[in-house]
Amino acid sequence: MIIRRVLVANRGEIAVRVLRTCRRLGIETVLAVAGADADSVPARLADHTIRIVPGGGAAGLAAAYLNVEAVVDAAAAAGADAIHPGYGFLAENPRFARACEAAGIVFIGPGAEVLEAAGDKLAARRHAAAAGVPVLPGGLVTAEAGEVAGRIGYPVLVKAAGGGGGRGLRVVGDPGQLSGAVTMASAEADAAFGDPRVYLERYVSRARHVEVQLLGDGENVIHLGDRECSVQRRYQKVVEEAPAPRLGETLRVSMRAAAVALGLHLKYQGLGTVEFVVDTEREAFYFLEVNARIQVEHPVTEMVTGLDLVAEQIAIAEGRGLRRSQASVSFGGHAIECRINAEDPADGFRPSPGTVAGAAFPAGPGIRVDTHVQAGSAVPPQYDSLLAKLVVSGADRPEALRRLRSALARCRIDGVATNLAMHRALAADEEFAAGGVDTSYLTRWVQREPPSVRAEIHG
Amino acid sequence: MDLTNEDVADVLALLDSLPYDELDLQTTRFRLILRRTPDGWTQSAQVLSAPNPIATTTDDAGQARAGQTGEVSGAGGVEGEAGGATAGLVAVRAPLPGTFYRAPRPGAPPFVEVGSQVSADTVIGIVETMKLMNSVPADAAGTVAEICVANAEFAAQGTTLLLIRADP
Repeated sequence: MIIRRVLVANRGEIAVRVLRTCRRLGIETVLAVAGADADSVPARLADHTIRIVPGGGAAGLAAAYLNVEAVVDAAAAAGADAIHPGYGFLAENPRFARACEAAGIVFIGPGAEVLEAAGDKLAARRHAAAAGVPVLPGGLVTAEAGEVAGRIGYPVLVKAAGGGGGRGLRVVGDPGQLSGAVTMASAEADAAFGDPRVYLERYVSRARHVEVQLLGDGENVIHLGDRECSVQRRYQKVVEEAPAPRLGETLRVSMRAAAVALGLHLKYQGLGTVEFVVDTEREAFYFLEVNARIQVEHPVTEMVTGLDLVAEQIAIAEGRGLRRSQASVSFGGHAIECRINAEDPADGFRPSPGTVAGAAFPAGPGIRVDTHVQAGSAVPPQYDSLLAKLVVSGADRPEALRRLRSALARCRIDGVATNLAMHRALAADEEFAAGGVDTSYLTRWVQREPPSVRAEIHG
Repeated sequence: MDLTNEDVADVLALLDSLPYDELDLQTTRFRLILRRTPDGWTQSAQVLSAPNPIATTTDDAGQARAGQTGEVSGAGGVEGEAGGATAGLVAVRAPLPGTFYRAPRPGAPPFVEVGSQVSADTVIGIVETMKLMNSVPADAAGTVAEICVANAEFAAQGTTLLLIRADP
C-alpha cells in the first residue's frame, strides 16, 4: 500500500522530526495534540492538527498521548491511513498496535507479537539466548531469590520484567540486602508497569552501554551500525555517538552480528535497537534489551550512514521490503548528539518547566539541531524535559568534538534552566574526549564538577 | 516551516562569501535570523504559520472542559492560601508544578489523611514534574487539618497541597 495521510501521535522534537520526513515524501500529516500543544511548533508545521480528547483536565494532559482509544479515534476521525507513534507514549504498546490493526490503520512499527516479546524483558532475554546472543547469568526471582543470587555471584542487579527507564532497578552488594531490595523493586515495578515480576542478573560494575541499530522487513534484517550511549545519569542517556569509540573491532563485529541474529530470530519488521552492556574488564558483551521503536539518538546513525530512518520505517510499513542490502550501507565519519534538557544541573538537575523566551542554535556544516522550541514555546510540566538535540558530525571523532565545542558555544535558550553549561563542560573534559567512558562516568563527573558548572551558569 | 537543515546550509554557503553579518528573512510562514559570530553562524527560527485544526464534534467540548478544570485547580490554591493565613495553619505547597499523588503507587493507602500526625520530614505526597517523582515533605510538625488537592490532580507551583495545624 501507499501511505497518503499519517497521524503523528506524539509531541516535541520527535513530532517535528517525523513531520519533516513526511513532508519530504509528500505524505499529508495530521498531528494529534492535547492542551497547550495545540499551539506548538509541530502543530504549526503539520498540515492539520486534531485534538485528542481524553478528559481529566490538566492532570489528564499527561495521559492524553497514552490513551489508546482516544488516539485511534483521532486517527479515524482525521482519515489517516497510518499512525507514527514516535518514541515513548504508545510506541511500544502491543494493545495499541492491535487497536490500529482492528481499525484498519497501519501502525508504523513492529507487529504486536514483537512488541510483546521486546516489552517483557524476561521474554526478550529468552529470545536472545535462543538466538545465540550472550546473556548475563541470571533468572526470574521466585520464592528463593538467594539461591539464584548465590548461583550468579554478588553484586547482582534486580530488574523489573516489565521494566524500562531505570525504574525498578537495584544493585545488591551482599545477601543481607537481597530480600529487601527484591520487595522494593517488585513494588516499584508493580506501580510503574502493573507487573511485579523481577529478575536478577550479574551486575557489571565497569560497563559501557553500546547498541546496534536494526532494520528488518520480517524476513531480512540488516544493521545500521552501533551507537555509544554510556554517558548517562540515573539510567537516562545524555550524550550519544556513532560509532562507539575505542571498541575493539572483534567486539564490534560480534555485537553487530549478534543483533542481526536476534532480529532474524524475532522476524523483526521495522526499525529497532538491540542494547548491549559491554563488560570493559572482561572485554565481553551481553544482551540488555530490545527497543522496538525509533530512538531519541537515531540522528547520530543518520549522520554516519546518510539514511533517513523515518523514511525507512515508512517504507517497511508500506510493505515495500528492505530497500538496501547490508553491503550497500556505508559508514563514514563520526557523530555526537547532546540532549539539551530543561533541567538545572546546578540545582540537582531540578526540572525547569516554563516558557522559552528566546532560542538561538548553531548553524553550519556538520551541525544538525532537532528541536520543537522557539521564542514563546511552552515547556509543560506534564512531559519529559527534552528541548533540543544538538548533533554534530565530522570526518573523525576529534573533528566532531571540535565542532561540538564550537556549536555548544553558540547555543542559547532563555526563559527556562537548561543543562547547556554541563554539556559545554563535558565537551571540554579530557576523559570524555579520550572516548570509551563507562556508565558511571557522568555521575562521577557531576560530583566532581558542580562548582564550575554552577559558576558558568550564574557567571 | 519548510526550511530544512540543508536549506539553511545552502543559505549559509551563499552568505559566507558576502560581507553581511546578519540575515533576517521573514515570510508569512516563518522568520529566520542568521547571525555571524566569532565561533560561526547561529540561527533563530520562528514558525509563524497558524495551526490548522480539523473540526470534530468533540473538539470544542474537550477544549472547554480542559480549560475549566485548569481554572478550578488554580482557584483551589488561592482558597488554601486564604485558609492558611486566617486559621494559623501551615500550608504545604507544591515545590514544582506537576501532578500531585497522595499515595506511593496506585491502590496503595495515602501517605497521610486528615488527622494524621506528621513531623517535618514526613512525606505527605509526590509531585510528578517532567516524569520525575519529587517527594514532598511536611516541613512542619503537627496534624493534617485539610487536604486541598485531590489525588492525581494537577497543581501549579506554590499551590497549597494540604494544611497542617502546627504543634504548639
